Amino acid sequence: MWALFLRDIRLSIRAGGGALVGVIFFLAVIVTIPFGVGPDLNLLSRIGPAILWIAALLACLLGLDRLFQADREDGSLDLLVLNGDRHMLALTVLTKCLAHWAGSVLPLVIAAPLLGLFMNMEPLGIGATALTLLIGTPAITFIGAAGAAVAVALPRGGLLISVLVLPLTIPVLIFGVSASYGAVADPAPFLQPFLILAALTLFLAVVGPLAAALALRHGTD
Amino acid sequence: MMRLIAENLGGERGGEAVFSGIGFALDQGEALIVTGPNGSGKSTLLRVVAGLLPVAAGKVLVEGGGEAFPTVASASHYLGHLNAMKTALSVEENLGFWRALQGEPALSVEDALETVALGGLGHLPFGYLSTGQRRRVSIAKLLVSHRPVWLLDEPTAGLDKASEERFAGLMRGHLEGGGIVVAATHLPLGLEGARELQMKVGH
Repeated sequence: MWALFLRDIRLSIRAGGGALVGVIFFLAVIVTIPFGVGPDLNLLSRIGPAILWIAALLACLLGLDRLFQADREDGSLDLLVLNGDRHMLALTVLTKCLAHWAGSVLPLVIAAPLLGLFMNMEPLGIGATALTLLIGTPAITFIGAAGAAVAVALPRGGLLISVLVLPLTIPVLIFGVSASYGAVADPAPFLQPFLILAALTLFLAVVGPLAAALALRHGTD
Repeated sequence: MMRLIAENLGGERGGEAVFSGIGFALDQGEALIVTGPNGSGKSTLLRVVAGLLPVAAGKVLVEGGGEAFPTVASASHYLGHLNAMKTALSVEENLGFWRALQGEPALSVEDALETVALGGLGHLPFGYLSTGQRRRVSIAKLLVSHRPVWLLDEPTAGLDKASEERFAGLMRGHLEGGGIVVAATHLPLGLEGARELQMKVGH
């Protein structure tokens, strides 16, 4: 399993891996927002956490279609499915998700504090948003894996995956943003939505890979 | 004693039966060559045996595989049309990955590359290799981890004469070591005493 993790990380860093595509998209969205919204600093800092979260969510979805498709195109997926008798297929999927998260999504989380400055957010708000992104974005990858597994045989499944996955990511978005607000806006709580966010991630870490494994096993042809 | 058994096996693609009533039993050291025209279901048969496609009728199983190889999938190397290698990674990284993931390590990566006459090319990205060399790396993948059953789909596609003979030698060595080979092919593989299964279109 460790070998699979290392291979996927290597692939995401090497040429054509797409580790940077998400970060550049994230950057592009955040940088254009102040131009569109206007120079109202209070407004920017108020919508900052939400914008960071929405941009991160969309950037997460961007690379998901390649999660299994690349392996399917070169025949690796067949062997990974066959290895399911040796290592549980859901664990293989979980490993691929973690590698995808570490390779493509973790850079977003690292870039988020810097981009928070563009939104005139205060340090506490930036820290809270980065923390909720760190805890919440794995959930998006886990749900996305199920979508990617369903659409693995479709040549241009990228958009379909986004459409399939987006409604399911809404709870993650809601609790992520409300925890980020809770840290700065006084009456709103931080801990409760944050704990629900963590629970969502743990729950989807089980459900997502299991669903994806099921779809992959029946999707071979 | 290990046996690979298929009884009254049927397979389908997209709801349409491709073949039915296929049966064979292979002891250790036996090979089965699957021949037939295009579209007769050779690849489908191999994929059904491997467990990549659902069995439409009958059953396929390994007997006496023990704890290490209880199912056909766990006992098999499947060599399909595609090489299952990443072009962005080096040959060594690719083989090392499969060796680590598949378990039951056999030859080291360098020795396996020597065996397919690609010694010294391990540092190259897989994408730089020619078609025949890629196929040979894929064959080296059979050697880096041990599996008693080899399921080979057109294994010699793209290989030159010398490599074909070397590959026949590898298969003979595998059979002498108590392995089982099921190969779908158009070309003679140079295996004496192998059994033959002829597939026909529309059966």
